Amino acid sequence: MLHPMPHEHHAGTPLVEINRLSCGYEKQRVLQGVNLQIMRGDFVGLLGPSGSGKTTLLRALLGAVDVYEGEVLVAGVRASEGRPRIGYVPQLETIDWNFPVTVREVVMMGRTMENRFFPWFRKEEKELADRMMGQLGILHLAGRHIRELSGGQQQRAFLARALVSSPSLLLLDEPTSGVDVKTRDDVMHLLHDLNHEGVTIVITTHEINAVAVHLPRLVCLSGRVLAEGTPYEVITTDVLRQTYGAEMPVIHYEGMPIVAESPHRYGRNGGANGDGATPGHTHAHV
Amino acid sequence: MATEQHLGTPTPMFDVIFEPFGYPFIIRGMIAAILAGALCGGIGVYVVLKRMAYIGHGLAHAVLGGAVVSFVMSFNFLIGSTVWGFLCAQLITLTTKKRKIAYDAAIGVITTASFAIGIVLISRYKSFTRDFETALFGNIAAVAPGDLVALAAVTVATALVLFVAYKHFLFTTFDGDVAQFYGVPTGWVEAAFSLVLAGTIVVSLQVLGVLLIAGATVIPPVSARMLTDSFPRMLLLSAGIGAFCGFFGIYLSYFVDVSSGATIVLVEAAVFALVMAYSNIRSRLLAVRRREDVVAPAAAPAETGIGPSAEPVKTEGD
Repeated sequence: MLHPMPHEHHAGTPLVEINRLSCGYEKQRVLQGVNLQIMRGDFVGLLGPSGSGKTTLLRALLGAVDVYEGEVLVAGVRASEGRPRIGYVPQLETIDWNFPVTVREVVMMGRTMENRFFPWFRKEEKELADRMMGQLGILHLAGRHIRELSGGQQQRAFLARALVSSPSLLLLDEPTSGVDVKTRDDVMHLLHDLNHEGVTIVITTHEINAVAVHLPRLVCLSGRVLAEGTPYEVITTDVLRQTYGAEMPVIHYEGMPIVAESPHRYGRNGGANGDGATPGHTHAHV
Repeated sequence: MATEQHLGTPTPMFDVIFEPFGYPFIIRGMIAAILAGALCGGIGVYVVLKRMAYIGHGLAHAVLGGAVVSFVMSFNFLIGSTVWGFLCAQLITLTTKKRKIAYDAAIGVITTASFAIGIVLISRYKSFTRDFETALFGNIAAVAPGDLVALAAVTVATALVLFVAYKHFLFTTFDGDVAQFYGVPTGWVEAAFSLVLAGTIVVSLQVLGVLLIAGATVIPPVSARMLTDSFPRMLLLSAGIGAFCGFFGIYLSYFVDVSSGATIVLVEAAVFALVMAYSNIRSRLLAVRRREDVVAPAAAPAETGIGPSAEPVKTEGD
């Protein structure tokens, strides 16, 4: 079972400061008027439908979007200028699993820019990578090809790559999409452990009940920030209607909000796009 | 075989085997083919892994335009064509970035346009027609010592670039988007790659020709990929296969007296077929062994279900 972690805000300046940010790609605005602060030690989940700007917000932290207004400061520095150390874990679906690399080679990629003018990795760097793989429990797989790993192990390999450069911030794009329930649990436990050790984490997710409600802090997006706060504050029927445009009742169980994601039978007039709804008939959803 | 022949007196068979090595132009051709094969094989690893096998084919065509333009303007062929090829590659990248045009479509537009420029100039200035056939199919007999120097220079330069920026090339090839997030200057890496690729194609043209060069950049890496899961090993294997096929192709073409470029590509295709057969047999044997392994522990089940070995191994298709 996953539990929300009590997290303390460290005093001082926030690690991430986003002020009045409007950004996007090629003159197409994706996000508008975003104000957001992320403190050291935070664990933030970005929630929102497809195209709501979750990934764009992650890319904004990495300085990989066009900024039209406002600014993104990571550790006090504009993301487009001095590059802060940020670990990034892409969606597993975007990885080319046929590429000839071993787990160790993937992890070492995280150190590419550390001694950039030195063709090979140093001994200390290799030892660091081994330690990191050891901590994540994949050291025995270091020589294996990445395709030979299970979903959870693959996620750990790419997490290790993000962590070997000792980043001040860890970003994960849908770390639980496309994995089974047990792997999802493992990955979330691992992230909570890392967060406990002081790593600041931002993830995007589609899964409200399984992932979002267990996070200390959520941000709901739909082109702008709709709501922000603890799951208890954010996961309400009202906010969810604004975010997803769908009616979703929220129940509370042991202090945790649970969302009935599709409370109506398909084909009834409950769906957001209620097309084909024929009152009085119940359609079997095939 | 004639076993009671005197040692030291070469048999006629022996003579025949070593006959090609008696001609300096064949030796030159062999050295050129070995270098071109290794070069195309090595750089081809990145081409294939980036899933842009078509770029070699396209750029070879594009380079012809540059060659003819250099010829007409009496500019150095090697430098002129390399710069032309590099600019075409940059134009392709630019086209795909600015508009929603797929990479292969952009290659189709730009490289054929460049090829057409070459054809237009050739039909205008007839003096080029004899060299035109060499450009299309390669001509090992025409390899001059100067060509060898150019080939060697590009080989050394390419090896140096791939060695010094090994980490950057590996990350950018594996996942360019994420590499950029990690601060890797992927724009520079891509530009360096285009330049090296253009240079490779230009110096290999003499041996392989516009129409066959794609084979030399695609077949060795694909064969090497079936033999290993390791990136550095794939790089060395692919260059090795390319070099061997270059050598053996020239050697064979001496006896059958056919186009050297075509023979090299056919040898590479034969190697590919052999490797594929071998890897099919190997994976079938491995599957049998795995099935036996699965049956054996079933008799004595493991005491716990915990631990790394208990995690299922993903078996999604290759």
